[in-house]
Amino acid sequence: MIGTETPPATVTLLTVNGDARQVPAGSTLAELLASLDLDPRLVVVERNGTILRDRASFGRVVLDDSDTLEIVHFVGGG
Amino acid sequence: MMGHTDVLPPQASTDPHPFVIADREFRSRLMVGTGKYASNEQMIDAIEASGAEVVTVAVRRVDLDRKKDEGILHHLDPAQFFLLANTAGCYTAAEAIRYARLARAAGFNEWVKLEVIGDQQTLLPDTVGLLEATKTLAGEGFKVMAYTNDDLITALRLEEAGAVAVMPLASPIGSGLGMLNPYAIRTIKQRLSVPVIVDAGVGTASDACIVMEQGVDGILMNTGIAAASDPVRMATAMRQAVEAGRLAYLAGRMPRREVAVPSSPTTGMLSS
Repeated sequence: MIGTETPPATVTLLTVNGDARQVPAGSTLAELLASLDLDPRLVVVERNGTILRDRASFGRVVLDDSDTLEIVHFVGGG
Repeated sequence: MMGHTDVLPPQASTDPHPFVIADREFRSRLMVGTGKYASNEQMIDAIEASGAEVVTVAVRRVDLDRKKDEGILHHLDPAQFFLLANTAGCYTAAEAIRYARLARAAGFNEWVKLEVIGDQQTLLPDTVGLLEATKTLAGEGFKVMAYTNDDLITALRLEEAGAVAVMPLASPIGSGLGMLNPYAIRTIKQRLSVPVIVDAGVGTASDACIVMEQGVDGILMNTGIAAASDPVRMATAMRQAVEAGRLAYLAGRMPRREVAVPSSPTTGMLSS
């Protein structure tokens, strides 16, 4: 059924810290953090409820449509 | 340490009991929070003045758009302090467990100051959720320091559940009311084997001193320093008050008497 297929997506739609965001299709987590100007060593990332403990793997984590990411860090607190 | 203490005999200021939590020895019995300071510079100055080794931090979302609040690790050297992540703001066991796991994934240590709050107005702990979260996290290898109320039974249950330290409040978080129930705090200290660290409610140096005079192992405070007009000076006062209170406890206070007893000889008076 050529002609009715959806073209390959050019963007990936994510939810990051509660807000919708889009990144170029095929982007990795490392690329997302770099685009946000975040040092991977100073943040913790939870993807779809799972903490990604291995920062060295961030460059291999390709983001998927409808991924939900939480990017957290330490702030002042008692 | 002020110069004149250097000439005191060593037994005057040494503590026969090192401050140990879960096999780790800490050099200061005063632990401090990092919230509510007017600036990061003031926070660092106050923490240094306090002499604290353990500093608490909170886990929050990175502000992706404005980056107004940079992470605290841009200001605080994790090599200089022992970072103790809290689960402040969590109202269920599940939420607190999630925050604790995120904090551990930051890669500094497996310690957590566990808070499960039960009520927005008083910020009093939800002890049921706290016990549940303590069991789960202790089972996962966390070193749980559990923020709780001054109830002995809850404190005993937290110890059984695997907490490495129990942290009863002096009075509600941020209230500055000082220690409302010294009897309860003393009872908890007498009955627990794990360290007891009073957390929350200390408003000024005399509060800290009185808390330490009960024989507890340490104090954690934030607002008492950060909300003072001069936080750096108050941090210094708190440091001295914690040391003074600890020494007074070790020294053993004189008994209270409801009659006067003269300090000077009653004999050898001149005849009138």
